[in-house]
Amino acid sequence: MDKHLLSINDLSADEAIQILNTASELSKISDGPMKKLPTLRGRTVVNLFFEDSTRTRISFESAAKRLSADVINFSAKDSSVSKGESLKDTAQTLQAMGADAVVIRHGASGAAQRLADSGWISASVINAGDGTHEHPTQALLDAYTIRSKFPDLKSDFSGLKVAIVGDILHSRVARSNVLLLTKLGAKVTLIAPPTLIPVGVVDWNVDVSYDFDSAVKDVDVLMMLRVQSERMADSFFPSEREYSRGYGLDIARLNSLKESAIVMHPGPMNRGLEISAESADSHKSVVLAQVSNGVLIRMAVLYQLLGGAAFTGEVSA
Amino acid sequence: MEFTIKNARMLDGAIVDVEIANGLIKNIGSGLNNGEILDAEKNLLIPGLVDLHTHLREPGREDSETVATGSAAAAKGGFTAISAMANTFPVADTAGVVEQVYRLGKEAGLCDVFPIGAVTQGLNGNKLAELGAMANSKAQVRIFSDDGKCVSDPLLMRRALEYVKTFNGIIAQHAQEPALTVGSQMNEGIVSSKLGLAGWPAVAEEAIIARDILLAEHVGSRLHICHLTTAGGVDLVRFAKARGIQVTAEVTPHHLLLTDDLVSNYDPVFKVNPPLRTQSDVIALRKGLADGTIDIVGTDHAPHPTEDKDCEWQSAAFGMVGLETALSVVVKSMIDTKLMDWQTLVNRMSIAPAKIAGYSKHGQDVAKGSSANLTIVDTSANWIVDRNTLASKSKNTPFQGMTLPAQVLHTFLNGELVLRDSKIIKSGIGGSN
Repeated sequence: MDKHLLSINDLSADEAIQILNTASELSKISDGPMKKLPTLRGRTVVNLFFEDSTRTRISFESAAKRLSADVINFSAKDSSVSKGESLKDTAQTLQAMGADAVVIRHGASGAAQRLADSGWISASVINAGDGTHEHPTQALLDAYTIRSKFPDLKSDFSGLKVAIVGDILHSRVARSNVLLLTKLGAKVTLIAPPTLIPVGVVDWNVDVSYDFDSAVKDVDVLMMLRVQSERMADSFFPSEREYSRGYGLDIARLNSLKESAIVMHPGPMNRGLEISAESADSHKSVVLAQVSNGVLIRMAVLYQLLGGAAFTGEVSA
Repeated sequence: MEFTIKNARMLDGAIVDVEIANGLIKNIGSGLNNGEILDAEKNLLIPGLVDLHTHLREPGREDSETVATGSAAAAKGGFTAISAMANTFPVADTAGVVEQVYRLGKEAGLCDVFPIGAVTQGLNGNKLAELGAMANSKAQVRIFSDDGKCVSDPLLMRRALEYVKTFNGIIAQHAQEPALTVGSQMNEGIVSSKLGLAGWPAVAEEAIIARDILLAEHVGSRLHICHLTTAGGVDLVRFAKARGIQVTAEVTPHHLLLTDDLVSNYDPVFKVNPPLRTQSDVIALRKGLADGTIDIVGTDHAPHPTEDKDCEWQSAAFGMVGLETALSVVVKSMIDTKLMDWQTLVNRMSIAPAKIAGYSKHGQDVAKGSSANLTIVDTSANWIVDRNTLASKSKNTPFQGMTLPAQVLHTFLNGELVLRDSKIIKSGIGGSN
């Protein structure tokens, strides 16, 4: 990770762990009386959101503000983008306003990489979700959350069994998590109906199962993905109820998990579809920890990209 | 106007002088000196190349290409005949539009421009266009295609195949089952799964080819498969030919050289329809072209203005320019790899396409009495592709910066020199914009 964070592929295992470690150090400050660090004072971070995602945007906004950066929120809905302005023109406008980092959420896969590679701007680019490609900070915050629940893992996740359940085909969360978790040594199983597994999965270094019940029993981490209702309209599965019966985390499946297992979900949840209310609210669920860890991870990423180093606990102005 | 080409190298290696008069090769021999002299300096003299798949964008999108600039690109690429696809604005689905394109080609005068007519009105796939009127127009259309879109309705495809028999026409099919490719962005496989781009599976091409060869057999009509890209498609065409079905097939230069892993950086210059496929497809296409299963090379020259490529992948237009690099890319993929010799290349890029389309003045062996549609190629040259020097109005070449073999030096159209020392010599036309 030199200048941009576009994909988990931009990170070595060591660099990923370093981000988790930086987040750990930053958490000590967040828990203390003085939550703000002066590190990015005078720097400008732009949240460039072409898709609605209130939670991801406020997570980045909060992270940038805790590092004392100035934050500009640019959302496509109330901007000239909806009038046909191109990504290039929008990006160059923000560049001209002096953005040091651009956090981009876009519906087109590869949009973050285009922004970084095309020579349109010189700012650092952070991918906050591009189409059905990747969402690297989500994977980092998930890894951070897992590590906080399984402290023995430290910098090596081997021995950890993770199952990711749901719409793998269209999920940027799944892609980034597969890349990061396998990079760190975890064993990953994807569980979904065959229609929602990409044809290229053979190349992913994961196991695939169509049978939730048999695959789920010995996992340490169960990661549930959000199912979009339009998938049903496109016949990826026959009905919401059939999906929920086959691949939803109901109370019976929750109870079949190991005692130490945790349940994750990137949010927002469709309660009653991919996850039952009991499962979402059970003591195994770490959904809210994921949200708060999201801020720490995004602070760590901004800190390393714009501050130029890992945070070690020393505060410098 | 008389011309003598001195020291031309024939395909058999003989060095000869070729005398041209009244648009024909008047004499081939030695010591000829009539008219203006062009010394070929032992470079290779071949019949002018013929492209059955060119997008010229005029009328309607003159910002990306005009008939004149596309013709200049063709002449620079060694082509003496090109076939203008019907997906213009308005669509070339009436005698009026095809005659306009034909006339613009004549006015440019840099290569023969033969319009292709749309199969269906407005390329909408619902109702046949007036195929007979286009066939009987001044443009004498014989190839019909909805290229860019597939004639996906099987009954309409059957009717089209049958109907064009009255004037020995041919339907050129863009084989893409639309229901299997909704929103598709690139080849479906390892790379698309990684990149999160919606896939265009090989089966969407193969399913239409399979259906259409069976339809062509049933009604006894001629079918041409545009831009074949899949190993399975090559097998199907091979099967059809073995059964005696009247099918011909085409491959583009870019599908002979480039693969889908180039998409990994999301640069839309590699976005094309049908998409770049895998290495095993490339190998099958090369083998098919070498053994004649694939009859011809068609460029699918598809110009797009900068703004349609300087954007995110999903918003970008499909297509690549190819006229000026076609010969070199085929040499690199087929001759440098020893899969094909120059005679076979001439068959695939000139003789066979002219025969399929019935372009009687093109694709003739270099011989006394043949039409003087000729090109002279430095087969030992290497050149670096620079998009800023293209004669095409658009710069969307996927070969930017690549070193390619073989350079077109001179092109004769109907006995007139239109390209000399790789430069368009007709005033007011061509150049880099």
